[in-house]
Amino acid sequence: MSLLNPIVNILPDLNKAFLETIYMVGVSLAVALLIGLPLGVLLFTTTRNLFFESGIVNRSLGFAVNIVRSIPFIILLVALLPLTDLLTGSTIGPRAASVSLSVSAIPFFARIVETALREIDRGVIEAAIAVGATPWMIIKDVLLPEAKPGIIQGLTLTTISLIGYSAMAGTIGGGGIGDLAIRYGYYRYDNTVMITTIVVLICLVQLIQMVGDKVSYIVNKR
Amino acid sequence: MIEIRSIRKEYVSKKNRVIGVDNVSLTIQTGEIYGIVGYSGAGKSSLLRCLNLLERPTGGNIIIDGIDLTSLSSKELRKQRQKIGMIFQHFSLVSSKTVYENVAFALRAAHRSKDATKLRVLELLEIVGLSDKKDVYPAQLSGGQKQRVGIARALANEPTVLLCDEATSALDPTTTKAILQLLKKISSELGITIVLITHEMEVVKELCHRVAVMQDGRVIEEGPVYEIFSQPKQELTKQFISSVLDFELPSHLIDESEGTIIKIQFEGQTAGESILSDTLQSHAVKGNILHGKIEYIQDVPLGILIIELIGDAVQIHSALEYIKNRSSSVEVLKHVTA
Ligand SMILES: Nc1ncnc2c1ncn2[C@@H]1O[C@H](COP(=O)(O)OP(=O)(O)OP(=O)(O)O)[C@@H](O)[C@H]1O
Ligand SMILES: [Mg+2]
Repeated sequence: MSLLNPIVNILPDLNKAFLETIYMVGVSLAVALLIGLPLGVLLFTTTRNLFFESGIVNRSLGFAVNIVRSIPFIILLVALLPLTDLLTGSTIGPRAASVSLSVSAIPFFARIVETALREIDRGVIEAAIAVGATPWMIIKDVLLPEAKPGIIQGLTLTTISLIGYSAMAGTIGGGGIGDLAIRYGYYRYDNTVMITTIVVLICLVQLIQMVGDKVSYIVNKR
Repeated sequence: MIEIRSIRKEYVSKKNRVIGVDNVSLTIQTGEIYGIVGYSGAGKSSLLRCLNLLERPTGGNIIIDGIDLTSLSSKELRKQRQKIGMIFQHFSLVSSKTVYENVAFALRAAHRSKDATKLRVLELLEIVGLSDKKDVYPAQLSGGQKQRVGIARALANEPTVLLCDEATSALDPTTTKAILQLLKKISSELGITIVLITHEMEVVKELCHRVAVMQDGRVIEEGPVYEIFSQPKQELTKQFISSVLDFELPSHLIDESEGTIIKIQFEGQTAGESILSDTLQSHAVKGNILHGKIEYIQDVPLGILIIELIGDAVQIHSALEYIKNRSSSVEVLKHVTA
């Protein structure tokens, strides 16, 4: 009982931290899906010989995506503080941290979607063009279903990366498990909390990976 | 009717410019099965893909049933494409959709109602003989079955034209035969114009009414299949048909024979054997058949006989004249005068 005591004591804190992390990851994942998915589709369909072929659009989007992706997250976090303040009215807390997390997740996920779409056999897209399908039908009924296993793998990857980034965001006042680890592990040398956090994180990531793999396997008809 | 008018297709990349199709003009009649042959890189696929503007030609016009495809807006073009079915060498089915959904996709592209789509898909699967596979994913099908789905999809919107790019090249000989039979049936029962690319003359012989031979982006020879087989003009055409018609005569047979060796070609209903027996009866020569073959091209026989004639020079000469007048071509492989 005495061994479990420290854990029981921090249970409310731990609980709150995890809920905050899940909130941050959830929000930014939703934004990544909402904006990153269409962006990835646009990146792909504007390439040569595809129905939205446009060198200018493709290059500008690619450039924008690369800029965001080349900034280390911790710097992006600081650089985006004014935007964060504008959007959420605050620069601390999980809500504020979700802004920079979303901004970094969008291009990350968009590239993953683009890569998954590139894997599709060109002939399948041509066959759809040849039956007279509209671009929208091709995207909805050919591109996305064909790339679904890859996109789900990408979603798994994005979720796991976001958990890592959310911890970084936590260190500068974002809340969540990063914040917890700093407060207990760094300032108070409390190993119990540290180890508990790590164990829970490992379990969480394993679980996400497992679910992701399983779903991706189920939707793969190849 | 498909009118191909002065079609050019250039592929321009940063480094170079490749000419895929070089000023090709052809007319393909309604209901015809039209073959395009040529070696790899000759421009067959480029030309075929220009027919439904999968590849937009650099110059020229494609006119199908009076409509110039090159002048259409993208919306009108989509509508016209529904009337041009296409099947592919590697089938190109959507792997995440069932057989039913793959075929239904083409019908949805044409805005058919749900009920009409359902009826039509089942009808199409019946035609291609895959009714029992309707809820199966492509990965669970054999190559021949996949191509049948491809054919069903291509036929979905009752096209007037069917384009086939090496539709049987990925299949084994038996499956190839079955698919060719299906295409033949489609052509005769539905009256669809079929344009098919192949590098096998066997396919042309089995199926096509007319054939074009391509080389370096150009059509170097074109005509009715029987005519091309019996009277090829270009060297490349001869090479292609030799894969069907020729046979190797062992060289020692020619060397060791004591007579004159001739190769006779018979066309149509002329029976080779009777000419030979007539010749032997009316001339003082002896004849041995060294080799013979009859090919049926579109059910019309085309025969080749290789014969050794033994006798004196005058008789042989007159026998040759006699045969020349009765057969379409005579070639002397070895001349011996006793
Ligand atoms: N998308 C492309 N980009 C650049 N060059 C191309 C492209 N498609 C074809 N070509 C070139 O055009 C020429 C004709 O190619 P095409 O694919 O039409 O030949 P093919 O007769 O169909 O050959 P195969 O029997 O190998 O299929 C070739 O030199 C090829 O390299
Ligand atoms: Mg080809």
